[in-house]
Formats: sequence, C-alpha cells, structure tokens
Amino acid sequence: MIELKNIEKGFGDKQILKGVSAVMETGKTNLIIGTSGSGKTVLQKCMVGLFEVDNGEILYDERNFSAMPEDERKELRQQIGMLFQGSALFDSMTVEQNVKFPLDMFTNWDHKKKVNRVNEVLERVNLTGSNKKYPAEVSGGMKKRVGIARAIVLNPKYLFCDEPNSGLDPQTSMVIDLLIKEITTEYNMTTVINTHDMNSVMEIGENILYLFEGEKEWVGNNKEIIFSKNSKLNTFIFASEFLRDAKDMRMLEEKGIIDNDRNMEDILKDPEANLLMGDNDKREAI
Amino acid sequence: MKFFSTLGSYFLMLKGMFTKPENFKMYWKELMHQCVEIGIGSLGIVSIISVFMGAVSAAQTAYQITNPLIPKTTLSQVVRDTVILEFAPTLVCIVLAGVVGSKIAGELGNMRTTEQIDALEIMGINTKSYLVAPKILGALMTIPLLVILAMFLGIWGGRLASVLTGIVSGDTYDRGLVSGFIAKNVWFALVKAYTFAFIISSIPAFYGYNVKGGALEIGRASTTAVVTSCILILFADYLLAAILL
Repeated sequence: MIELKNIEKGFGDKQILKGVSAVMETGKTNLIIGTSGSGKTVLQKCMVGLFEVDNGEILYDERNFSAMPEDERKELRQQIGMLFQGSALFDSMTVEQNVKFPLDMFTNWDHKKKVNRVNEVLERVNLTGSNKKYPAEVSGGMKKRVGIARAIVLNPKYLFCDEPNSGLDPQTSMVIDLLIKEITTEYNMTTVINTHDMNSVMEIGENILYLFEGEKEWVGNNKEIIFSKNSKLNTFIFASEFLRDAKDMRMLEEKGIIDNDRNMEDILKDPEANLLMGDNDKREAI
Repeated sequence: MKFFSTLGSYFLMLKGMFTKPENFKMYWKELMHQCVEIGIGSLGIVSIISVFMGAVSAAQTAYQITNPLIPKTTLSQVVRDTVILEFAPTLVCIVLAGVVGSKIAGELGNMRTTEQIDALEIMGINTKSYLVAPKILGALMTIPLLVILAMFLGIWGGRLASVLTGIVSGDTYDRGLVSGFIAKNVWFALVKAYTFAFIISSIPAFYGYNVKGGALEIGRASTTAVVTSCILILFADYLLAAILL
C-alpha cells in the first residue's frame, strides 16, 4: 500500500500539487486521472522519487519514502517497476537484453537462470520468440509489453505506469490494460496508473483518484464514477455527447429502468428516466 | 548568475559520480564499452589527421627554411617539437571534441528525452556513476593513447612527405629527430592530453545529461557542448603552457 499525505509540489512560483492525500491499495489497479496539466505526472514522479516533494509524506507500506536516506531509497527502488509513456527501452539492446538488464544489475544469478526468468516474463506478456529483436523492430504495443516485462522481471511490489495506452489503438490499449490488471492480481502488487483514457477508467479503475488543478477532487471506483455527482469529474469523464448518452444508459440499467419487458416509449414516459437523462442539474438532483 | 548556476550543476554532477557501484561487473562492462567507442571509434580519424598534419608541417617548415646555413636536420626537429607540443595533443583533441563530444552529448540527450535515464534511476541505479563516469574514465584511458599515436604518426607523416618530395633524406630526418630531444615535452603533452580528455568527456556529458525537451534541444546541447569544449581546450592549452613551460 502506498499512502500519500498532504503532498505539495511546485516549480518556481507555480504550485502544481496542492496538498494531495490518497491511498493506493495493494492488489488493485489504482488510477490517477485528470486533464493535462492537472499534476498527475508530477504526482507520480514524486511517488517514485524523480521529483522531491516540497511538503508531505509518501509512505510505502508505512515506510516514509520522502524522508529515507539514499541507500534505503535505492533498496526500495528495486521493489519498484515502472512502465513509461514511451516505454523507455534501451535502443542499443535487444528485447532480451532490455528485460535482463535489471537481473544483470541486481542479481548474482547465472546466465541460464537469468535467461529462463526473461523467457518466463516474456511469455507472460505474450512476447515469446521476440528475444533477439531490437526496440526499433517492434510495434508500439509490443514495446509496451517489453516495458511491462522489464518492470516485473524482479518481482516488484509496486508498479507504476505512466500513460500506458498513449499512442495505441483502442484494441491494443485494452489488451495492455487487462494485462496490467492481471499481473497486478497475480503478483499482488500495488499498481498506480496515470491515464486519461476513459476505456481504462471504466475497465480497470478499481481505485480512482481524480486530480483537478493539483487538488484531489474525487476518489472512487469505476462503478461509482457512473453515479458521481461531481460536475468537474463528469465534465472530464463524459466529455462527448456519446459518452454522456452511454452514461445515461448505464444509469438507467443500474436503476432497473431499462429491462427487456419495457419498450422505449414506456421508458421515455418514466419521470425518473426523464430526470436521469435530463441536463446535468437534473442528473445531480437524482 | 546563470554561469555560476551552470558551474555549480556541473560540479554537482561530477560529485554525484562518486558512489559505490550497484554491480561492479556491469560498470566494468560499460567502461570497456566506452573505451572501445571512444578509443577504437576515433582511431581512423586520428590517424588520418596525424599523418597529414605531420606532412603539412614538414612541407611548410621546408618552405620557410631558406637560409643555407641552417642545417637540414632542423626540419625534423621543428616537425617533432610542433607535433609533440601542439599538434598531437591540441589539434587532435579539438577534433575529438567534435567527434566524441557530440556523440556523448547526443547519446545522453537522447536517453534523457526518451526517459531511459529516468528508467535507470527508478531501478535504483546512480545514472551519474553508471552513464557519465565510464565515459569520462574511458576518455581518460584512451585519449592520451590516441595522442601518443598521433605523435608517432605525425612525425612519420612528416618523414614520409619529406622523403617523397626530396626535401631531406630519411637519414637526415632521423638524425634531426634524435638531436636536441627534450623528454619533458612528451610529459607536457601528456598532461595536456589528460586535461583535454577530461574536458572532451565531462562537458558534453553535462550538457547531454541535462537536456530538457526534444530532438531540437539535443542538437543544441551537442553544439553547445562542442563549442564550449573547444573554447575550454584552447583556454587550458594556454594556461598549461604558461604554467608548465
């Protein structure tokens, strides 16, 4: 579990994070969502130590990361895996060498054991047989999977993913999302994902933190987000007419207004349905 | 103010390199890789430049020695001292500042912008000691050797040009080489080589490591690194000559 207590971070005069507190739960996919510039990347970089917080505490299973001496931090970082937006694979190394790199650096295993472990994780991310390819020779989705394989090769306790779906088509995005979710459950990791992909939010959002202008605006999960009355969140999540309609339908379904025995005319006459499908104010009134 | 801030960041980067390696074997591998990249990678250009600078030096010295009272062995003495004192360490290092410097700045800059440095940091690796230190050490190990090679090739290039064009005979040239030889000059050239090697590697590493932005900034960082290195080499060249000679 990762606990954030009143995190503040600024650059010069600009305050990016304004006292964010949250809990990232173990064995769950914890999503940080928000518009561009809301501070989610800065928050994640603070959590992994790429930025130092100005104020507040980051607790990794009750160990205060922000106040740790460098040696202890180094040790903790070996339990952290991270998938970067652009995958951040080492260009001069093959897929196998990329995944093997953390093993070369931090274990005393023999070559055979390392290669076995690499093959095991590559198989887990469905990349069997790609060992000898270079990052330039594989697709965007494959790069992400190599990134995931490298991040989990040391069996980390914490996994961070920065925009794992950026630049991917919706179908591949879904595959990556589900892979991250499966791995999180399988390895019982604390996974923190930065995203503004609504498919990810709906599919794998077990614990969602919504940031608005550097402040915690809303916390919940993908079930609760449908019924949220937070107007800022609704404007962000259901930005298009299509998504607003989809939300209405899901709400009507959940409330039992839509079922197989009722036709659309009946539904439209239902005052509750009218209220639900009305404007934002009406939605919030329910 | 910006100058002092940059200077401070540069020294902090150097200070940050001195930590216990996470895995000595991996650091050694990276050091050897850098030695090959810097040393073997620059062998061709250093050889070509050295031979030609020796040859040009011989031709131009012969052109200026018009007085028949000056012994012919003077030609090789001038070529020898010019090559050892200035051409081999300074000229070769200025060329290496372009070749090696832009490569170091570009490589680190690309790693920074594609988040590869961040990836290493998150793994718990000290990137200053894993990425920067082997480049500086690799340069310190190989560039003085390249300078020594340049001395030999420069002097040989001078001999080749002199003999082929009939300026002096091979024997006369060789006699001139050994007459009035001052061993201190070689020592001085090596002091310069080590100083320049440090400049050539650490300045581009600093600019590359601290790149912010994208491809355009990597290009800018490489250019700034090469220009700064060249200016510092010339400045250090004068300083060392004034102090040590």
